[in-house]
Amino acid sequence: MNNTSTFQLDGTDVPFESGQTVMQAALAAGHYIPHLCYHPEFKPHGSCKLCTVKVGGRTAASCTMPAEAGLEIESDIEELNALRRTLVQMLFAEGNHFCPSCEKSGNCMLQALGYDLEVHTAGFRHMYPDRPLDASHPDILLDFNRCILCELCVRASSEVDGKNVFALAGRGITKHLIVNARSGLLNDTNIALTDKAMEVCPVGVILKKRVGFKQPIGERRYDKRPISAQALDDAPRAPSGAKHE
Amino acid sequence: MISDVDFHAAYLDSILDRYGHAATNLLQILREAQEHHSYIHPDAIDYLIAKLQVPRAKIEGVASFYSFLHLKPHGEYRVLFSDNITDRMLGSVELMQKMCQQLWIEPGKMSEDKLVSIGTTACTGMCDQGPAMLVNGRTITRLTHQRVQEIGQLIRNRTPLENWPADFFRVEDNIRRKGLLLGNTLAPGDALCAALVLGAQNIAEALKTSGLRGRGGAGYSTGLKWEACRNAPGAAKHVICNADEGEPGTFKDRVLLTSHADLVFEGMTLCALAVGAQHGYIYLRGEYQYLLKPLQAALQRRRDAKLLGKNILGHAGFDFDIVIHLGAGAYICGEETALIESMEGKRGVPRNRPPFPVTHGYLQQPTALNNVETFCQAALAIHMGAENYRAIGTPKSTGSKLISVSGDCPRPGIYEYPFGVTVREVLQDCGAVNTRAVQVSGPSGLCIAESEFNRRLGFEDIPTAGALMVFDDSRDMFEVARNFVHFFAHDSCGFCTPCRVGTSMLKQTMDKIAEGHGTKYDLSEMENLDRVLQTSSHCGLGRTACNPVLHTLKRFRPAYESRLKSLDFVPAFDLDGALARARQMTGRDDAGAHIKAEET
Ligand SMILES: Cc1cc2nc3c(=O)[nH]c(=O)nc-3n(C[C@H](O)[C@H](O)[C@H](O)COP(=O)(O)O)c2cc1C
Ligand code: SF4
Ligand code: SF4
Ligand code: FES
Repeated sequence: MNNTSTFQLDGTDVPFESGQTVMQAALAAGHYIPHLCYHPEFKPHGSCKLCTVKVGGRTAASCTMPAEAGLEIESDIEELNALRRTLVQMLFAEGNHFCPSCEKSGNCMLQALGYDLEVHTAGFRHMYPDRPLDASHPDILLDFNRCILCELCVRASSEVDGKNVFALAGRGITKHLIVNARSGLLNDTNIALTDKAMEVCPVGVILKKRVGFKQPIGERRYDKRPISAQALDDAPRAPSGAKHE
Repeated sequence: MISDVDFHAAYLDSILDRYGHAATNLLQILREAQEHHSYIHPDAIDYLIAKLQVPRAKIEGVASFYSFLHLKPHGEYRVLFSDNITDRMLGSVELMQKMCQQLWIEPGKMSEDKLVSIGTTACTGMCDQGPAMLVNGRTITRLTHQRVQEIGQLIRNRTPLENWPADFFRVEDNIRRKGLLLGNTLAPGDALCAALVLGAQNIAEALKTSGLRGRGGAGYSTGLKWEACRNAPGAAKHVICNADEGEPGTFKDRVLLTSHADLVFEGMTLCALAVGAQHGYIYLRGEYQYLLKPLQAALQRRRDAKLLGKNILGHAGFDFDIVIHLGAGAYICGEETALIESMEGKRGVPRNRPPFPVTHGYLQQPTALNNVETFCQAALAIHMGAENYRAIGTPKSTGSKLISVSGDCPRPGIYEYPFGVTVREVLQDCGAVNTRAVQVSGPSGLCIAESEFNRRLGFEDIPTAGALMVFDDSRDMFEVARNFVHFFAHDSCGFCTPCRVGTSMLKQTMDKIAEGHGTKYDLSEMENLDRVLQTSSHCGLGRTACNPVLHTLKRFRPAYESRLKSLDFVPAFDLDGALARARQMTGRDDAGAHIKAEET
């Protein structure tokens, strides 16, 4: 199995094992490619497109692209970082993100990416969608205003928790997250605080009640080091990691 | 008295039986369930959860993806006006307003008495006989003021659809020019016999020699595709006919399925022989539901004639049959991997590739998927011989192509030409005069101006899936582009960020310009959006969604600029507009209830 070959990422050789995607191989080798819907513990999704790279003049999502020997990949170039800035601006414009009042501020991947990519302006006019909260559950709050539709909670609930608490409904810009209950309310689902789905939201949608702001702003994860440095900490490394399909 | 659950179980049980209680048939089950109850009732969902072991959130997720499925009541009669630009050019907007007035309802809302709702839907594939509409899924063509008024009366009187005048539902073929396909004289089985003589293992090779390329748009070599599917490991293989025909302005597959269904089936059976498949499917767009019964009858005739079923034409082990899957209103399901997801009972979201359908298609098994016309052309190529076939057309685009002509011309309909025909020839044949622009291959294709009418249809120059919409010099190309932009925003599946958000932003900006609030800044913003869509979208829908704006901006820029304010930037936020809801709620409309825009 260990027939390691290499591809080039921004001019440096990156080794990979067969079956790895470009993203998996890059992270494992200590090279950061911006990403949002990719999570090392789940099957790649390929929806946010922040991880877009250039291969031989064409563009592709690196989290779903199988690594191949000899590929020459560009990632950290202005053209692609500009694209990523626009995608982040789009995600901000699509929802309602008021970072200063958000419990996830400082721990939010979208916000951290915004800082790291130097997104200094709104760029687009915001859409201000109407997305009511779900506060029905005694211990959990759902603030749909911030959902970026990455499906990580959907994947975690079905693949790890075996529950299907979350799913996506609608199409196009009306696509939205729903929960698995006839009433449409979280309290009528079988979600538990210990579920994997409680941990994976990259933004501030799925929140535990009564712990808000326990950790002061300024001392949170991305307040200390930029996301580009920390993403590498999460990536599985040989010999302990690299157990990916 | 029977309980609610029993009420729904009564019709659901027979549907579930017919679909083998398989969750992969969820879309078909939901469609039929809705036919019994006009919408998918929460109690019906409860029953399906228990019987199919599928969670409610998944069922709701699937149902809410498709425009023709409903989780809430929407009226006994659901009227949907086809909203392609060609329908609009024939007056559909005014007809819809009139009908709303006549029935006292607002577009998009159900009437108080729950009798009727009126809305719009994407192109219904009747551009040659529009304006068109769907009433409870049934196609009605050639709308006029009088016809719309009669329909209003029939609805008011609660006349069942079966008793409406048959002429309302008449769909013409409008075949204007025949070639090797539309003029073929093959009898059912002729091409199959030729294929059996050639030998199953030689069919893909012959198609490679013939130069046949897919007619669904991408133009991939049909021979290569079938060969890859044949070589793919796995015993169970599938043949899928893509009859989703959702690209606005395209209606040639409709005509093939109406008048050359046998040739379509023949091509699919030939494909099954070539790749070693046992199972065939036609994914028929929901708008063509009226074709379901005639197609099923045609399939039965072929079974009776030993052209389908076990031991086809007496050849032991040549087993193949075809079933029809109905779509439910989602243009994206024409994209081959979204189509396969939809066939598996899921939301029609394009898959990540690789792997490709030839190795991991329907149920992750090898699948050969082609357009309706491709199957017909394959049957003809095998019957007439690869060398004869490749002599027609041009070197890189062999054979003939059906063109669906609509818009400003006296003879809209289907024209068949050898590849390589110029746009100008088509315009002459359909009688178009004073033509300003031609949209080739639908909104995702190419918009050209007069100076380019000598360009040729074919993969060497202008590739086309078959639509050709004509616009004369009375037309405003900005409005044409705006209609197409609305279409893409409506039909984006919403999976990837650039397309989900980008198509909606394009739509907002085009609307802002239409309302007279546009600035130069908006034009450059659109160009930026176009770049993002083109480089990072997940599938062809997003990658081509920017074409209408790009192409018309390049050729008809004054149509945009004449609408712009001279300012470089105007906020999109309309203060006075934001108060409209408050005015409506308080019943006020006096001067004090308005914010006057500052004079600039
Ligand atoms: C958004 C989108 C919509 C499409 N719609 C259709 C369609 O309605 N019919 C079709 O045959 N192909 C459609 N295609 C192309 C299919 O993905 C596929 O390439 C084609 O069906 C393959 O058949 P062919 O090789 O015979 O052309 C569409 C593609 C995209 C990206
Ligand atoms: S709730 Fe969070 S994890 Fe779930 S789809 Fe939305 S952003 Fe992603
Ligand atoms: S490009 Fe559009 S239609 Fe295609 S996957 Fe992305 S959102 Fe869906
Ligand atoms: S991280 Fe690759 S598409 Fe989201």
